[in-house]
Amino acid sequence: MNNEKDKGMSLIVKTVTRLTAGPIFLYGIYILSHGHVSPGGGFVGGVIIALAFIQLMLAYGKESAFKKLPRAAASFIENLGALMFLALAGLGFTGGYFLLNFIGKGEPFRLFSAGIMPLYNIAIGVKVGAGLFAIFIALILLRINREDDR
Amino acid sequence: MLDLYILLIFIIVAAAIAVETKDLLSSVIALGATGLGLSLTFLVLKAPDVAITQLIVEILSLIILIRATMKEDLPFSTSGRWLVNTVITVCFIFVFIFTAVKCFKELPQFGYPTIKTSSAYLKEGLKDTGATNLVSAVILDFRAYDTLGEAAVLFTAVIGVLTILRRKGRKNEETGLDNE
Amino acid sequence: MIYLLCLILFCLGIYCIVRKRNIIKIIIGTIIAQYAVNLFFIILGYRREGRSAILSPNARIENMVDMLPQALALTSIIIGLAFTSILIALALRIYEKYKTFDVTKIKELQG
Repeated sequence: MNNEKDKGMSLIVKTVTRLTAGPIFLYGIYILSHGHVSPGGGFVGGVIIALAFIQLMLAYGKESAFKKLPRAAASFIENLGALMFLALAGLGFTGGYFLLNFIGKGEPFRLFSAGIMPLYNIAIGVKVGAGLFAIFIALILLRINREDDR
Repeated sequence: MLDLYILLIFIIVAAAIAVETKDLLSSVIALGATGLGLSLTFLVLKAPDVAITQLIVEILSLIILIRATMKEDLPFSTSGRWLVNTVITVCFIFVFIFTAVKCFKELPQFGYPTIKTSSAYLKEGLKDTGATNLVSAVILDFRAYDTLGEAAVLFTAVIGVLTILRRKGRKNEETGLDNE
Repeated sequence: MIYLLCLILFCLGIYCIVRKRNIIKIIIGTIIAQYAVNLFFIILGYRREGRSAILSPNARIENMVDMLPQALALTSIIIGLAFTSILIALALRIYEKYKTFDVTKIKELQG
């Protein structure tokens, strides 16, 4: 039972996953980076990126997804995102106070506008995506261990 | 206005089904219907950011809940003091509704909110931050401390889940199985 | 009237938390109550025939929806997801130890 489960689902599901996981990941990056000009933002983009990895894991079994993003790496990336946010916030001290928007505002309605806001979005997206993927991995690993015990 | 009422009644019916169904998997699926209706309601109420977030979060929490409930359906025991418990709960809820309805007079009328803080954000948002999406401007510039605290909460949640679900008895495995 | 429907949704969640005995049902109740609170936030900020809070290049700002409750609800949704995952982790641990999801049986089995 366990060996069958590790190989993943049927051929149809695998093919559809191979075709759709890339566009889902790309859509997550699009929503993440356009958060300040259109609806969306860091949280949603991070969760969509996590969902792309979760789809890979559900279709191909846990081995194949761990090859792309191991569990320790997920924790590490999550901490990296949090530290990036804090470092960006602390850089505001160069201009005066914490969380200051210290880069130039740029021209409105363009992608590179709004100063530091896209960088905040990227930091939060990395953090949320990696954190939720770590939670999901922990939940799945517990199940498999318990089935071994029985 | 009518579409809003239809969506809200759909949400309430789906929530009632989710509460009352005996099968756990059906209950989780009804919860998914509730979240989808809520997402559509946010879209009707002109809140596209919240609608996208609600939809995606709903999908993820549905996957997690289904992982938790697979193959573990139990018989639903309603023995014991069934009548007394239900009567007490319903009485409590009626008292709650009665007091809450009295408070509704103090709220602003639906459709005519009292905007004081937001009017400043509306006037000076584009000039101060340069961001077109004003919700993003609020959570990342005007009120960035909220986002910082929320990132801390999420970090604590990830650490908590990893700690709770850690393979237990790591020390016992090293010293041998005698401690069991 | 629309506040009353929102309140009924909240009371359904409270009823599910208080009355049901299955732990998964209790988690579902907390999720429903949290939905009701988010909905209440958004309803408080709605303006009749208003536009959503996104500026466009050639349009004037007038009659726009209040965006501050939307930002608060956005934060609240993500925190709710983290809360749900912690609750599910605890429930799985409880099932592993007691082999049941029933609250009253867990109370009897102590010791």
